[in-house]
Amino acid sequence: MPAENDGNPAARVAAGPHPVHNLWRLRHYLRPFAAEFAWLLVAGLAGTAAGIAVPLVVQRVVDGPVARHEPGGLVQLGGLALLLGVVEAVLIFIRRWVQSSSAVGMEAALRADVYAHLQRLPTSFHDRWQSGQLLSRITSDLSAIRRFLSFGVFFLLLNLTTYVVVVALLVHLHPALGLLVAASAVPLLLISRRFGRHYHAASRRMQDQQGDVATLVEETAQGLRTMKAYGRGPELAARFAGGARTLHDTGVGKGRLMANTSALLDLVPNVTLGVVLVAGAAAAARGALTIGELVAFVSLQLMLIWPVQSLGWIIANGQEAATAADRVQEVLDTPPQIVDAPEALVLPRDAVVGRLRFERVAFRYPGAATPVLREVDLTIEPGETLALVGATGCGKSTLLSLVPRLNDVTGGRITLDGHDLRDLRLDSLRRLVGMAFEEPTLFSMSIRENLTLGRPDAGDDEVRAALALAQADFAYDLPWGLATRVGEQGLSLSGGQRQRLALARAVLGHPALLVLDDPLSALDVHTEALVEAALRRVLRGSTALLVVHRPSTIALADRVALLDDGRITAIGRHSELLASVPAYRALLAAEPPAGEPPPAASTPDGWGLVRS
Amino acid sequence: MTVPEQADPPPGDEPELTRWRGTATDPEADRSRAEDSSPEAVQRLRRLSRTLLADLLRPHRRRLAAAVGLLLTQNAAAMAGPYLVMVGIDRCIAPLRAGDPVPLTAVAGAFASAAVTEYAARRGFLTLSARIGQAVLLDLRQRVFGHFLRLSVGFHERYTSGRMVSRLTSDLDSIAELVDGGIDSLVLAALSILSVAAILLWLDLPLAAVTLFAFPFLFWLSRWFARASAGAYRRTREAVALVIVHFVESMRGIRAVQAFRREPRNQRIFVALGDEYRRTSLHAFRLIATYSPAIKLIGNVTVAVVLCYGGWRVLGGRTEVGVLAAFLLYLRRFFEPMQELSQFYNSLQSATAALEKLAGVLDERPSVAEPARPVALPAGPGHGELTFRAVSFGYRAGTPILAGLELTVPAGQTVALIGPTGAGKSTIAKLVARFHDPDTGTVRLDGVDLRDVGDADLRRAVVLVTQENHLFSGTVAENIRFGRPGADDAAVQAAARAIGAHDFIAALPDGYATQVHRRGGRLSAGQRQLVAFARAFLADPAVLILDEATSSLDVPTERLVQRALSTILHDRTALVIAHRLSTVETADRVLVVDGGRIVEDGPPAVLAEADGRYAALHRQWRDSLV
Repeated sequence: MPAENDGNPAARVAAGPHPVHNLWRLRHYLRPFAAEFAWLLVAGLAGTAAGIAVPLVVQRVVDGPVARHEPGGLVQLGGLALLLGVVEAVLIFIRRWVQSSSAVGMEAALRADVYAHLQRLPTSFHDRWQSGQLLSRITSDLSAIRRFLSFGVFFLLLNLTTYVVVVALLVHLHPALGLLVAASAVPLLLISRRFGRHYHAASRRMQDQQGDVATLVEETAQGLRTMKAYGRGPELAARFAGGARTLHDTGVGKGRLMANTSALLDLVPNVTLGVVLVAGAAAAARGALTIGELVAFVSLQLMLIWPVQSLGWIIANGQEAATAADRVQEVLDTPPQIVDAPEALVLPRDAVVGRLRFERVAFRYPGAATPVLREVDLTIEPGETLALVGATGCGKSTLLSLVPRLNDVTGGRITLDGHDLRDLRLDSLRRLVGMAFEEPTLFSMSIRENLTLGRPDAGDDEVRAALALAQADFAYDLPWGLATRVGEQGLSLSGGQRQRLALARAVLGHPALLVLDDPLSALDVHTEALVEAALRRVLRGSTALLVVHRPSTIALADRVALLDDGRITAIGRHSELLASVPAYRALLAAEPPAGEPPPAASTPDGWGLVRS
Repeated sequence: MTVPEQADPPPGDEPELTRWRGTATDPEADRSRAEDSSPEAVQRLRRLSRTLLADLLRPHRRRLAAAVGLLLTQNAAAMAGPYLVMVGIDRCIAPLRAGDPVPLTAVAGAFASAAVTEYAARRGFLTLSARIGQAVLLDLRQRVFGHFLRLSVGFHERYTSGRMVSRLTSDLDSIAELVDGGIDSLVLAALSILSVAAILLWLDLPLAAVTLFAFPFLFWLSRWFARASAGAYRRTREAVALVIVHFVESMRGIRAVQAFRREPRNQRIFVALGDEYRRTSLHAFRLIATYSPAIKLIGNVTVAVVLCYGGWRVLGGRTEVGVLAAFLLYLRRFFEPMQELSQFYNSLQSATAALEKLAGVLDERPSVAEPARPVALPAGPGHGELTFRAVSFGYRAGTPILAGLELTVPAGQTVALIGPTGAGKSTIAKLVARFHDPDTGTVRLDGVDLRDVGDADLRRAVVLVTQENHLFSGTVAENIRFGRPGADDAAVQAAARAIGAHDFIAALPDGYATQVHRRGGRLSAGQRQLVAFARAFLADPAVLILDEATSSLDVPTERLVQRALSTILHDRTALVIAHRLSTVETADRVLVVDGGRIVEDGPPAVLAEADGRYAALHRQWRDSLV
């Protein structure tokens, strides 16, 4: 199975008006460090100046005491060189010390913001995007940006300055030779530009592929049990090898680009040095240049080697940061579609009556050709429990997801006590809704944290009550009680235990609206009966919408609605519908058509049997 | 960009922000067994990572030798520069004054050829080293991934997928960073330091002796840095793993996060984890911020000393100006790479820490190991006999789930397992699927201990279908074909038809070619179960285990599946962890499990007549039908 590419829709298209446009937009992350950055530059420049001064002192030594045979000046000049050397080291220390804190500070701030944005983006975004692509953005991409904004950009400035100052000094020392050195900047510029362009593309490709590989890894980690059950390790390894090999090929390509450019960038100053040496020696022979000057000239010129050599690395770094910024901005630029309206209402729990109305509700997943829900009209009266019934895959879960606005309707509207859900503060709405998904989502953290999710302030009594209601008191018997970390996705627990925890989470704090997706499907009969009894009490105080597959659970509901082809085709009491609606009967009849084995029945013990 | 409610946590909040993770039942939860903070473990891990590195590099010995050759050439050519400057100044100016351009021309020629050699060698070396580096990365990536696949389910349940992702992304990235940007600079720096030292000694022994005074300082400083930064980077690897684990889990559970308004709390936790990562990185960066200028300081002091002493020697006529000039130039070449490339030393330390983590994973032995000498299962139809002999098993020491289980399931029998939650039904299923090995006793298939069966052989014979029906990204057809990779489209469709999944699949936008989006997001839980059934049907194993596999289906669909199952199960051994008595009724045999023991065993009709738990259940069920 090839890795799919649709998880990254905006990507893989040439981005932005200018290659570094998106990087530039991140500049405000440097603002808190503006003062430090200024310090950096000062210290950096001063340090470089001290570094440049040393060859000049050398020149003085050679031309002064050595040429004139005066040992006196030697010590002073030596002392000066020592002083400059110490100053340079101290300045580098200051620079680096400051640099490290601003670098990691900026990275952490940016990461926190991307995470905050991702949490705001709707589930449809998360369905569309591969998780590995998101992960690679907050890890390797942010590191690339950090490396450039903290070190790369700084070295670029510093090295450029060094280059200009040294060339100016060279011109001052010997105009003709100096200009010759200055002219060497032209090939450098051409090489860099070409390299930058090619590297930009390669870097983007690499980052996208890293995201693909991360996705593969994550997916494999997720499907590990399935993989083990079928022994498909070799197939998955081969699939991964494909991704890894693509990464390898891109890496080799990048390496080749880098090799060619680095070697060229090395050649230019070397050739220049050779020319300077020959021309300088000739000049010295003519007496136009002292030997000391020539030595100083050459040592100064050697100072250019590092800035030029590092140019390749800095450009590569910059391109990586630029494409990384493109990728990060693709996420940050995606507006969260499900947001608070300008004057959204806060609806306190006490003020809620609880009439939930679906008015001509339609919903279509982004990119899907046909709508899942066409025209749903449905009213759930305050305190009523309505069961939603329909064939596998008819859109029941989708309908439920509209209530806490995990998805927004694409047509019609849903109202709570007459308020369009979109006019309520998201936070306020979701506070009113308690939800249990068809698959219990648990995180690898303590049971207590899993239950209280968004309500860390929930009291022990509330938690105890919710656990009791969901018949999930087993949680207290775990090795560390409620502080026990449930393994990833709660896999150390049985399916029934997971579902009971998810139910406890939904009913915690008596929400005004309960939205439960097949909440008892994995419970054993004994537990189911107990949960049902407790749930009945809770349901009296809430308006509830349940998705139900089995007749046994329907007993919980006051009315049943049949969802078919995106519409509510029948609504009423279970017995009425059973009598009058054939489609309903087909779906929920306790008695199967003749000639088939009879279904299971209710059993009062906790023997792992589910009633049907 | 503003972040909701994520201002600095109040000081008293710190313990609360670490408590959320809770306490793992397994103290080894967060690491591979090789990782430990004791000094011996650190030593061991370092040894392991070195062995791993040597092992990774071994296949590239020739290329490495070529690369070193190129590097030496490049280095020699680079070193020729200052020497030629010296020659140019000391030996060419005087002849030139005398009208003899030959020495200068010779120097110029030498210079040109040195420059070209350096260019060619550098280009060659960098290309070659990128190839080697990428090949090593590819190899390492595949090894670690393959090893993760081999490790048992038990390991993964404690290690968590987020940490696996972190190892295979972030840790490998930091090694890749070294490969991309620094390895040549590092080697080159080391080489030029050595060669410069040699040249200095050759140029002027007393002056070189003065320079050598700097060595003990450099050595001591570097050793300090190596030790301190190794620890620091190890901590950053751990910190970033926690960031990734939290990120991966909260993105995966985003629906629950949003529905339960967990965003602010998640944000605080994420910021706290990010801050810990920031703190550990900062510590590592500050080490380099100290190390790098300290090297510079030693270099600068040495230059000043050499300047004075060398100047004095020139004055005394003991050495020439050109020598002094060359000496000073070489010194620059000596300290410059050391100082500027401490940046890359940083990458090296980070990569080393990452490699240690990976070595730790690779050192982990799968608790369910592939046999050294696999025994082939008997081929042909009519097989699938399962025997449990004195099987004891527990997930945690001291809490056994199964104690001395004895069971024989003849080939072709369908066995229904019933019993309360925690009785050990799923555990029996997992032992047959060899997700775990029993603590004592043996599980045999057709007389062969499962420990002696090769994985490929076992998986052909035994398939476990559970509630969680993972769909891999790809098409619906590909997901069904997961059961039998060689199957053609007709076989895939036949499997889907047999299980009653064909109609819904055909109604999907692209039919069988529909991409199941991220983790099957667009398919409902019931549809995913159907695909999983079709997959198992296609796999056609001798032993099929169904663990609560039909919970999310509506009644008609389930009926369809059950009808299909009765055909499928007809000629094969099946363990069904039953939800419904209707399934139990169709089984050849019912096992009532309680407290890890089989308390009742017999055909459903016989058990129903006896006076046991099953009979009681059965009576209640019969009564309810009336």
